[in-house]
Amino acid sequence: MMDDRIARFEARRERFKDMPDEALKAHFWDLCGQIVAPIVDLARTHTSPSIERSVLLRMGIDSLTAHGVVDRIQQAGFLGKGAGHVLLRLAEKQGSDVRAAAVAILEDKDVLTGLFEEAK
Amino acid sequence: MMKDHQPLDPQQKLDIEAILEDLENYHPIRKGWTWRKVLDDGIQMGPFHFHNMSEPLKNSIGLPASKYFDHIDPQPECVVTTEIASGRFEDDLRRMRMAAWHGADHLMVIRTTGQSHIDGLMEGTPEGVGGVPITRKQLRASRKACDLIEEEVGRPINFHSYVSGVAGPEVAVLFAEEGVNGAHQDPQYNVLYRNINMYRSFVDAAEAKFVMTAGEIFQIDGAHNANATAKAGWLVMPELLVQHGINCAYSIASGMPKELIGLSTVPPNAPPAPKLWYDLPYAVALRDIFSDYKMRAQQNTRYIESDIEEAIRTHTIDTLISMLTSADIQSTITPDEGRNVPWHYNNIRGLQTVKQTWSALDGIKELLSLKMDGPLGEMARDIKERAVAFLEEILEVGGYFSAVEQGFFVDSALYPERSGDGIARDGQGGVAANSIVPRDPDYLAPVCAHFGDNHLPEGLDNPCDLIDGCTLCHHEKIIYIDELDPEDSADRRLEQTYPYRKGNLIRPEAEWAGDGTVLLQLMVPESEEYAREAGLEIARRMGLEDPQVINLMVLHPAEGCFLEVKGKVTFDIDRDALKIPPKVELLPEEELREAVKKIGLKVVAGTVGEDEHSVGMREILDIKHGGIEKYGVKYHYLGTSVPISKLIDAAIETGAHAILISTIISHNDIHRLQMKKLAELSQEKGIRDQVILIAGGTQVTPDMAAETGLDATFGRGTKGIDVVDAMVKTLAKRSSSKQRGVL
Repeated sequence: MMDDRIARFEARRERFKDMPDEALKAHFWDLCGQIVAPIVDLARTHTSPSIERSVLLRMGIDSLTAHGVVDRIQQAGFLGKGAGHVLLRLAEKQGSDVRAAAVAILEDKDVLTGLFEEAK
Repeated sequence: MMKDHQPLDPQQKLDIEAILEDLENYHPIRKGWTWRKVLDDGIQMGPFHFHNMSEPLKNSIGLPASKYFDHIDPQPECVVTTEIASGRFEDDLRRMRMAAWHGADHLMVIRTTGQSHIDGLMEGTPEGVGGVPITRKQLRASRKACDLIEEEVGRPINFHSYVSGVAGPEVAVLFAEEGVNGAHQDPQYNVLYRNINMYRSFVDAAEAKFVMTAGEIFQIDGAHNANATAKAGWLVMPELLVQHGINCAYSIASGMPKELIGLSTVPPNAPPAPKLWYDLPYAVALRDIFSDYKMRAQQNTRYIESDIEEAIRTHTIDTLISMLTSADIQSTITPDEGRNVPWHYNNIRGLQTVKQTWSALDGIKELLSLKMDGPLGEMARDIKERAVAFLEEILEVGGYFSAVEQGFFVDSALYPERSGDGIARDGQGGVAANSIVPRDPDYLAPVCAHFGDNHLPEGLDNPCDLIDGCTLCHHEKIIYIDELDPEDSADRRLEQTYPYRKGNLIRPEAEWAGDGTVLLQLMVPESEEYAREAGLEIARRMGLEDPQVINLMVLHPAEGCFLEVKGKVTFDIDRDALKIPPKVELLPEEELREAVKKIGLKVVAGTVGEDEHSVGMREILDIKHGGIEKYGVKYHYLGTSVPISKLIDAAIETGAHAILISTIISHNDIHRLQMKKLAELSQEKGIRDQVILIAGGTQVTPDMAAETGLDATFGRGTKGIDVVDAMVKTLAKRSSSKQRGVL
């Protein structure tokens, strides 16, 4: 296996031999682009508790509240909707601002029940 | 915010309590990174023209030798970094100010141990270990201090910390909100060195990078850690290119512009290795491939031992490599990093290493060029080819995540060889494994600077219109948390250190106000084992608490060792009880010239004893050095090794008003004896009342005049004007007491 890797390396070297520096550099960046492309797609289509907390911070929610709220949203299975989305929808439903919606989630986890079915 | 503030007074300590006031209303004065101002055709400073220097500072402290060169303090064209974090940020603020005076304009704050594994933001100001907890309060207070310090020194300061760990996106938002200017961000660092789940790390990184871009935060990557971690740090060069490449490409794909992307690069080798044969081709290869990106040249930490001078010598050569190639940011490392959490003055030593090297080698590229058609070019090409092959193999095994699982990274062999000691991570393992979730088709985030799929309603100008603005657009929407645990806070610690900062108590300090830390340097003529124990015992008998040998250099196996022992003093010095020698107020220059002219002042001078040195005396005499001749004094210089009697005879012969003697370094108090002899012999010859007797030298101090019977004595740093002033004042005193005697 190891010998195989070294042999493949030698073959690559043979291929690079006649590449001018600029071509080798272009190849370097092309390969980097190919490596990161699927990872960026993963990032574009996924989210995480930290990303959602960072959204809530930007909505003017303090860090402690954001932490509790995202935990509740995750437990309710709504992280994929976006925590900010959840707050907006709850605020609309209860006629409050988003901060009051965040407090409501911390006080009563049941406020999230059925939040997305009702709207449909 | 900073409209109605008091500028700092260089004679006053930083008022930490005042900085901590009213932080809930603090707004950063700007966002983004600032480069130094460099003039195209160089800069004239004192007697020299510099090619690679930026605009000088308003207030700064130059290298010790700057006094010979009109006190110039040339500032390198690159931004210069110092890393600061002692565990107590309130004490670090004072260190930041000292560092800025010595030329730092990039202050990098290390996080407390373990913060990268905290799944969320920290708040308040708890004490840290090996760094400080990065919190909103700490950032605001630090940035507010930077605002004051940059105004004092006259150059913007870039404030920097780390956007990594499991809370990367939140930290990025915090930094963008609080005007942090630079940050480390590299998802590979989380995966390899912090064992954070690889999928989580990369998904978070895209968001963090996008937020940093909105905050115009300059990004530095984490690739250099491969060098600092691998067993044979000098062999990981192809991998370093790969890691830099992946972070750059991922940053670009996450929307970050190239101008904001910097590489953290370290010359990977250190003496006694033939450093240049590794570090130079590596530096050349890196700068070729990454020509569109900024270089943050770090110094080598992998091979730092406890010997400060050794570290400084390696860092000098690291800096030479920066100058032979390029550096947009030149980092400095505290040279005591190998033996303790860095001390205040070692930040300054690190900065001086860069300033001194950069001045010495100013314009080096106009004098020398790299010889690319030879081994240098071949070695650089070899590194590049290996790196490209590494990338091809990553794709061949199924991409980045597969490669990490197979232990491709931080292997200590030269690629493609493998030692099998690489860091392998499981995609389903690590901190925060399985914590990413797919975004639903109706996923929504109503804020600015959010990366990726976002199903906003149509017709919005800004994503945050849905919530009437986010904190990135409206700073006042941020909720400020002051403290969570008032007992573990800066306020409590400041109460304890108050007497040392604002009261009248003095204690030496290495890291924290009042820590009492001192360092002993001693040579013990014993073997290593005995020298170590003797050193500890000496420190104990000197009254030091908790002594530790932090450096030991064997001079010879039997003849002895050089030791450095740290310990703590437990007593305080009462500031008010100290007697400060009065400062001599010199008469105005014009007044001195007139008095000299009126009297026709003349002197005889010579270096006494068995001493052939004449430099010190020539500086006091010659017009060229601003000596007494400049003020009209006529002198008769008798040379070196002059007997005292000969000086007295010459004074009588020429009718001199004064005799000036210079004594240089002597053993057994020879200098004191010579000074006394001058007074006694003048008395014997009956001319004591007619002549002014003055002595000077490196071991002489101003208070020796009374004890030796002379009129004035001078030590290091004396100028001609000091001597003229003393002569004119002595003559005036004599004539006024004579008048009183007559009356």
